[in-house]
Order: sequence, then C-alpha cells, then structure tokens
Amino acid sequence: MEHILEMRNISKSFGEVQALHDVNFAIAPGEVVGLLGDNGAGKSTLIKIVTGYHQPDPNGGEIYFKGRRIEGLSVSEARKLGIETVYQERALADLQTLWRNIFMGRELTTFLGFIDVKKMRRETEKLMVGSMGFTSAAVAPDSVVKTFSGGEKQGVAIVRALYFDAELIILDEPTMGLSLSETKKLLEFVRGIKEAGKACIFIDHNVFHVYSVADRVVVLDRGTVAGEFLTKDITLEQLMDKMYRVAQTGHLE
Amino acid sequence: MTHNQTETAASKPSWRNRIGKLVRHYGLQIGITCVLLVIWGLFVLGAPQTFLQPNIYAAYMSTIPFFAVIALPLTLIVIAGEMDLSFPSIMGVGMVAFTAVWSLTDSVGLAFIASLLAGALVGFLNGVIVVRLGIPSLVATVGTQFFWRGVVLVLTNAGGVSLVPLKQTPLRQALVGRVGGYLPAQMIWAIVVAVLVWVFLNRHRFGAHVYLIGDNVESARLMGVNVDRTRMINFAILGMAAAFGGVLSSLEQSYFWVSLGDGYLLKTMASVFLGGTSVFGGVGTVYGTFIGCLIIGAIEAGIVAVGKVEIFGLVLRLSGFWTQLIYGLIIVISVSLQNILSRRLSR
Repeated sequence: MEHILEMRNISKSFGEVQALHDVNFAIAPGEVVGLLGDNGAGKSTLIKIVTGYHQPDPNGGEIYFKGRRIEGLSVSEARKLGIETVYQERALADLQTLWRNIFMGRELTTFLGFIDVKKMRRETEKLMVGSMGFTSAAVAPDSVVKTFSGGEKQGVAIVRALYFDAELIILDEPTMGLSLSETKKLLEFVRGIKEAGKACIFIDHNVFHVYSVADRVVVLDRGTVAGEFLTKDITLEQLMDKMYRVAQTGHLE
Repeated sequence: MTHNQTETAASKPSWRNRIGKLVRHYGLQIGITCVLLVIWGLFVLGAPQTFLQPNIYAAYMSTIPFFAVIALPLTLIVIAGEMDLSFPSIMGVGMVAFTAVWSLTDSVGLAFIASLLAGALVGFLNGVIVVRLGIPSLVATVGTQFFWRGVVLVLTNAGGVSLVPLKQTPLRQALVGRVGGYLPAQMIWAIVVAVLVWVFLNRHRFGAHVYLIGDNVESARLMGVNVDRTRMINFAILGMAAAFGGVLSSLEQSYFWVSLGDGYLLKTMASVFLGGTSVFGGVGTVYGTFIGCLIIGAIEAGIVAVGKVEIFGLVLRLSGFWTQLIYGLIIVISVSLQNILSRRLSR
C-alpha cells in the first residue's frame, strides 16, 4: 500500500534533551495508527513535527508526504497539504466567536486577504447542524467559545479538522475530559475517518480506546520506537503486558 | 384563546432575544456611548453658552485627531496583547525626518512620505526587538521611548523648526486646513483612519489574526497563524500612525517642537482602555476607542467651561486643576463598570 506519510530516521532535540532518536513512522490511507507511550516518550514531539510546528534537527531525518519529500514544513503549509490536528489542549481561542475558531488560521478570503465573514458564518451554521450536532438554541456562529462545555469544545476542534478535507487527521489525547457518551461518539468518529479512506493517528493514554479503533499500534519509549503491532495479531492483554514491560525496562521482551 | 396565548408566547421571547443578543454583542459600545452622552449632557447643562454654539466643537475637532489617529491603531496592539509606550517619541522621529527631507529637497510631499516611512521603520524595529529577541513589549518600548526621544534631541540639537513657510502649501491645507472655513481637515483624517483600522481589524485576515494572537497565542501558533509577522506589522503600523499624528499636530501649530508627543502617552492609552479594549488581549473595538478619544479630548475644555458647580448647596469652583482628578474618576469608574458588564454579558 502507498503511504500517505512516511518519516525516516527522525531525530529531534531540545537543547540537551533528545526527544526523538532515529524514529521511523509511516501511515497509509484508510489506516488508523495508535501512538502509545508514557509521558515524555516523544509522542507529542513526533506529531508536532508532522504538523510543521517543530522542525526535525538538521540532518535529523526525512519526511515524505504522498511520496514527495518535504522540507522546512510550516503549520500553514502542513494544513494546506491536508494534515489537520485535534490538539490535546484543543487549540481554541476562548474569547472569540465560534466561526472565528472554526476558521482560525485558514480564514476564507475574497481577495487581497479580505475575509468573507458572511460565508464563514454560513458554513459554521451548516457545520453546527450537520456535524457538531449542536441543538441548543444558545449556540450560534457568533457564540463565544468560552461558554461551551468540554465536549462541545472538542466537537469544535474535530469539526474544524474535518472541514478542510484533511487526508491525515491527528488526534492528540482526544478523549481527555470527555464523558462516556462523548467518548463513544468520538470512537465512532475515528471509525468514520477510516471508512472515508482517510488516515488517522490516534494518541491516547487509554489503551482500551486505542486498541478498539486502531489497525496498528506503535509504541514509543524514551524517544525511540520500542515496537509495532497489528491489533489483529495481538490481544488487549498481551498489549497491556508489553506496555508495562516497556515502561519498566525499556524493552518489549 | 389558547392559540393566541401560544402565539404571543412564541413571538415575545424572540423579540426579547434579539434585543438581548444586541446588548450582549454591543453592550460595551452602548455603555461607552452612554458615558459620552452623559458627560456631554452635563457640559450642556453646566455651560450652555459654550456647548450650544459651534466654536467649541471646531476646537475639539482640531485637537482630538492628533492622538485619535494613534489611539486607533494602538487598539490593535492592545488587542494583540502587547503595549507600545514609544509612540510619543516616534512622533518626534517622524518630524525629524520630515524637516530633514524638507530642507534637503524643498518638497513637502517627499517630507511627508519620509516621516511616515521613518515612523513605520522605528515601529518595525520595536517589533523586531519584541518578536526576535523575545522582550516583553512593555519593557522594550520603555527603552525605545527613551532612545528615540534622545535621537530627536541629539539630531535637532534640541532646537525646534518653524513650519510657517508651509502655511499655504496644498499638503497643509489637505491635512489640517479648514473645510468650508469651519471643519478641521484633521477630523476627516481621523475618521478615515478609524474606517481603515476598522476594515483591517474586522474584515481582513490581519485583524482576525490580531484577535487570535491576543486571545491565545499558543492556539494561534498551533493552527498556523503567522504570529511573528502579524506582531511586527502591527508595531510598524502604529509607528507610521504616530508619525502621522506628529505631522498633523506640528502642521497645525506651524512649528516642530522637539518635545512633540509629550503629554500624549497617557491620554492616548486612556482612550483605548476607556473604549473597552482589554489589557489582557483578545477583546476590543475601534468604535470604543473612537468614543474614548472623544471623551478624553472633551473633558479638559468642558471642565473649564463649566466652571462653577453646585452639588447639594456645596459650591465647587472647577478649573484646569480639576482635569486630572476627573479624568481619573471617569477612567476608573468606566473601566470598572466595563469589567462587571462584560462578566455579566458573557455568562
């Protein structure tokens, strides 16, 4: 299968600390890959390199998107390529309106950078009814995001990722702070991404959630890939067992 | 009967909703407008002989624009969560460039362009210090404020320049002439600046990014907003506006004083905060700042004109000495009310 994203020998350090060391990672369209690992294993650093937020070290590996080598990626370039992210911290601007949040960083413009406010409001209205499932009369395109519940905010972050026809969707700890029913909805949504033939990187502390939706699991430990499994080849118990062992010894076996 | 009742019940809340929505969206603007009207009302009652004839308004329209054209773009800086204290000195730098190019080329047009460019450049340097060196803008501009005032004093040898020879030039007529013998042209320029700043803040990607950066700079970065570029442009725009304000004020007085800009700092900042722009960033309007400028600009002359006030038999003789006290009261009370109001409205 042709990979949509391939990362080879990625290394990244912050000052003295080497966050990633020679990491190889690839994902194909229609695939859900779970990224597991303890705090500080390098999950967030790895995805922030994919999203263009961090750059790998000089000579710190190669990134290919749809087979094409990419260098010096910025966040807005990554988004234009079709890489959208739902961040753990949601990446919303609380004091701004819903429509400004949906189109944050990718405002719809007419000419010379003038924004099309009417169209953004209209699209937001459509998304609210269609995808976000906001039925409350209190929520409108001009509502300020500060007043939303945790689940509603997550909904905004997810709908934003979907709006721009992303081909690779990254979910960073998406179930954090969600209720049971919201979590269930989220996992359904991840299966939906797969069915639509798009790729998804799913990061979560909760092994149950990852195991239930991922096709493949990549375990990171202290900045390197400790192991990789297809979920169909391994039981949940075996996976959890391995996770414990990695956390304690740094080795899978 | 029942049918009628449900109908009124359905239509009433929607009508009320609409008003509620307007108040929620424009509450701060409505509030500051009321403050302006109340102050104006008090002035009319206290000094009808002054405030019911046009001269006082011509005077206001000649002086308010000097700091209004700076307060309006300063609003963008404050919304972006930054501060700039160096604009009074940039007014001076702009006029140094103006007089230098004027004496070299004898062209007023070139001199005007040079002053705007000098202002933009100095503003841009502020931006570089803040963005590239990561120094908080409040601290950085305390420093540049001294530095550029010093540059003005050194370059001019602390001597002013008479602009009297410019009196009949078209540029002076266009910038600070009297339209129809009454309306100061600078007021029209202040309105032009207000419209431009409004459009860029509300209808351009730049303004959208200014709001986002001031609200949550990390979110803005994660979503691909070019934070550094937006900040630097913001400072450059303010620098250019400061130079423009300096040119207006100097041409009006037909003299370039090296102390040009002194006394503008707090007035200009007060206008922005009075207008409801939050010092924490992410919130603010151009309309609010404009009204804030009118209030700040009106108080001094108003107090002197009113003169004597009788409250419950207590006679106060107001003079120019009262100005600061009343400035202080109005600013503290208005900003406190805004804080309470915006907490209520966002609930």
